[in-house]
Amino acid sequence: MSVDYPRYLRNDKLPLYWCPGCGNGIVLKALIGAIDELHWEKNDIVMVSGIGCAARGSGYVDFHTLHTLHGRAVPAATAIKMCHPSMHVIVFSGDGDMLAIGGNHFIHACRRNIDITMVVVNNWIYGMTGGQYSPTTPPGSKASTMPRGNIDSNFDVVELARGAGATFVARGSVADPISLKNYLRKGLEHKGISVIDALSTCHTQWGGRNQLGDPVQLVEHIRNITVNRSNAGALSPEELQGKMITGIFHQDPGKKEYAQAYYELSHPVEQTVVV
Amino acid sequence: MADVQIMNGNQLIAEAALLAGCRFYAGYPITPSSEIPELLARRMPEVGGIFMQLEDEIASIVAAAAASYAGYKSMTASSGPGISLKQEGLGMACMMELPLVIVDVMRGGPSTGLPTRASQSDYMQARWGTHGDHMIIAVAPGTLLECYTETIRAFNMAERYRTPVLILSDATLAHLSSGVTLPPPDTLEIVDRRQPAVEPENYRPYEISATNPVPPLPNRENFPRYRFHMTGLNKDATGFPTENATTVLADENRMINKIMDASADIESFEHYQLEDAQVAVIAYGSNANAARVAIKEARAQGLKVGMFRPITVWPFPFQQVMELGRKFKHIIVSEMNLGQMIHEVQRALQGRSELHSVLQAAGTPIRPQQILQKIREVSA
Ligand SMILES: Cc1ncc(C[n+]2csc(CCOP(=O)(O)OP(=O)(O)O)c2C)c(N)n1
Ligand code: SF4
Ligand SMILES: [Mg+2]
Repeated sequence: MSVDYPRYLRNDKLPLYWCPGCGNGIVLKALIGAIDELHWEKNDIVMVSGIGCAARGSGYVDFHTLHTLHGRAVPAATAIKMCHPSMHVIVFSGDGDMLAIGGNHFIHACRRNIDITMVVVNNWIYGMTGGQYSPTTPPGSKASTMPRGNIDSNFDVVELARGAGATFVARGSVADPISLKNYLRKGLEHKGISVIDALSTCHTQWGGRNQLGDPVQLVEHIRNITVNRSNAGALSPEELQGKMITGIFHQDPGKKEYAQAYYELSHPVEQTVVV
Repeated sequence: MADVQIMNGNQLIAEAALLAGCRFYAGYPITPSSEIPELLARRMPEVGGIFMQLEDEIASIVAAAAASYAGYKSMTASSGPGISLKQEGLGMACMMELPLVIVDVMRGGPSTGLPTRASQSDYMQARWGTHGDHMIIAVAPGTLLECYTETIRAFNMAERYRTPVLILSDATLAHLSSGVTLPPPDTLEIVDRRQPAVEPENYRPYEISATNPVPPLPNRENFPRYRFHMTGLNKDATGFPTENATTVLADENRMINKIMDASADIESFEHYQLEDAQVAVIAYGSNANAARVAIKEARAQGLKVGMFRPITVWPFPFQQVMELGRKFKHIIVSEMNLGQMIHEVQRALQGRSELHSVLQAAGTPIRPQQILQKIREVSA
C-alpha cells in the first residue's frame, strides 16, 4: 500500500529548504513511511529538532513540532515525554547538533532510557554553516575547517549509543531507504530510548570537498561503503576495512523506561496532598 | 487561622511554585539554590507534577521551556555560573513567548566566585544576559513572606504575558529560616494562560487580538489537540520563521510592548517613610532590610530618611525614580554589587539629585551601620 505523504506534511511549506539532492529528504520520507505503518495519529506525535539543515525537518511535518536551540532538542524532547507520556516523541537533528554541542544530552538520554526516538541525520559535516568538520567527519576527509584533511577521530554513533546505555540502536542509510524505514519503525515501536544513526548525504558541503559533489555519486559512495550486518560475517577483516555496518545492533526491551518509572514512584492518588 | 510555617526562602519559593500551579521543574544542583530542587523532588510526585535533575543547566532551562510549550507551568532554579549557562535558553523562551519562572539565588562572581555568599551581582545579567533585543520581568523579594508571594506573582505574570520571569533572591533570603504567616491560599489570585478560542485547525500560536498583544497558548489538557510549530527563529503569527523586515520589527516591538504597556500591573514597589523624608535610600532584596534598620536608627537620631524599594526590579521603575529626583536633593543607592541598578537610577534622575552609593561585593552583607554612615554624611 502506498503512503499518502501529503497527509503528513505541511504542504504549504514546500518546496523544502534543502538543496536538491540532499539526503535529508530521504531520511524524512523513511520516517514518515515508518509512522504510516504504525498508524499513529498526528495529534499523538511530537517532533523536536535542534538547529542545522536536518533540524529544519520539524517545520515540514504536520505533527506537534518544536525547533529548539543548537544541540538542545534532546532535553526538550525529554521534558515533553515526561509531560505527556502517552505521546510519541521523536528527535530529528544533525550529527553536529546531536553529537558535538548536544553530545552531553545525547549520552544522558541513552543512559536515562526515556522513551524517545533519536534520529541522527548523519551527513558527516556541518551542512548549514558551510561545511565545517563534525564529530562524525571521516578522518582524512576535507572540511572548510580541515582544509588539509581531518586529523580528528570520528564517533561511531552506534558504539557511542550502546556504550551510553541505549536500549535500541540501529544504523541505516539513504542508500537503502527501505531498510532505514524498517529500522526507524522498530525504533519508534521500542519502549525506551532508541537511536537510529541515519547516514545521510550533503553533496553541497561534504561531497564537493571530497570529489563527491554529485548527489547520485555520493549516494553510490554510501552504498559502496555500507555492509549490512547479515552480510558482514562473510567478509574478511580486509574486506571490512573502511566499511560501515548497518542493521539493528542492540535491542533490550527489559530495562525500565524512565517516564514509567517516574510515574510509578509518584504517590497513589489517595495519598496526594492537593495544594 | 493563620498558617504559620517555619521555612527558609528557598523552601518558600518552592512551596509557592506548587501553589501557583507549577507542575514541572528541571534543574541542576548549585549552592545556594539547592533546597528548591530538594523540596520539589519530594513534593512534585505528591501533586502529580514532574521533577527532573538533568545533566546541566542548559538542559534544565530548555526542558522547562519545552514543558511550558507542552502546556505545563514550569520552573528552573540556579545561581551564578548556572544562570550564565541558562542565558541562551532564556532567550529562546522570550522568542517563543513561553511562560517560565527562573529562580536566580544570586551569588558573587565572575566565575565560581563566592558560592555560599549573598550577592546582588546578577541585576544586569537578568536584564541583558541573553543576546538580542528583548524585555524581561524580574522580581526581587525582600522578605521571607515575599519569597512566597512574589513567586506566585512571578508565575501569574509569566502566564499572563507569556514570558519568562526571573526571581532574584540571594543566599541571605535563601537560608534564613523563620516563622512566616502565609496568606490563606483562597485569598491568592492564580492566573492561568489564556486558552485559544478557536478550533485547533485555526489556531496560530502568535495571532493576537485587537485588544490583547499576548496570544493564547494551549494548556496541559489542550496541548495534545492543538498542533503547532514553534521556533527560536524570528517568527510570524503562524509560528514559522520569517525574515520579512516589517513582520520581524512588528513582532520584536510587540514582545517588548506587551510588557512595557502593562507596567500598571507588573510594577511593584514599597515607599518606606518617604513622606517627610529629606534623603531617600534606594535598595532592594535582602539588602533593603539593612537599609530599613539604618533608616530607623537615623530617624532615632533625628535624620529624616526614607526608602524606595523596587520589588519588580525589571522593567526598572523609571517613572517612580524620576519623581524621586524631583523631590529629593540626595539619593543613596545601596546594593550588594559594585554598581548595577545605580546606572538605571542615574539615567532616571537625569542629574536632578545628587547620587550617593553604598556598594559592596565582598560576600558579606552590607551592614546597617554602613548605610547609616552614608545617611549621616549626606545629611550633614
Ligand atoms: C549555540 C550555537 N552555536 C553555533 C551555531 C551555528 N550552527 C548552526 S547549525 C550548525 C551545525 C549544524 O550541523 P549539523 O547538526 O550536522 O546539521 P546539518 O546542517 O549538517 O544538517 C552550527 C554550528 C548555532 N546556531 N548556535
Ligand atoms: S547544505 Fe548539505 S545538508 Fe544542507 S541542505 Fe544542502 S545538501 Fe542538505
Ligand atoms: Mg551534519
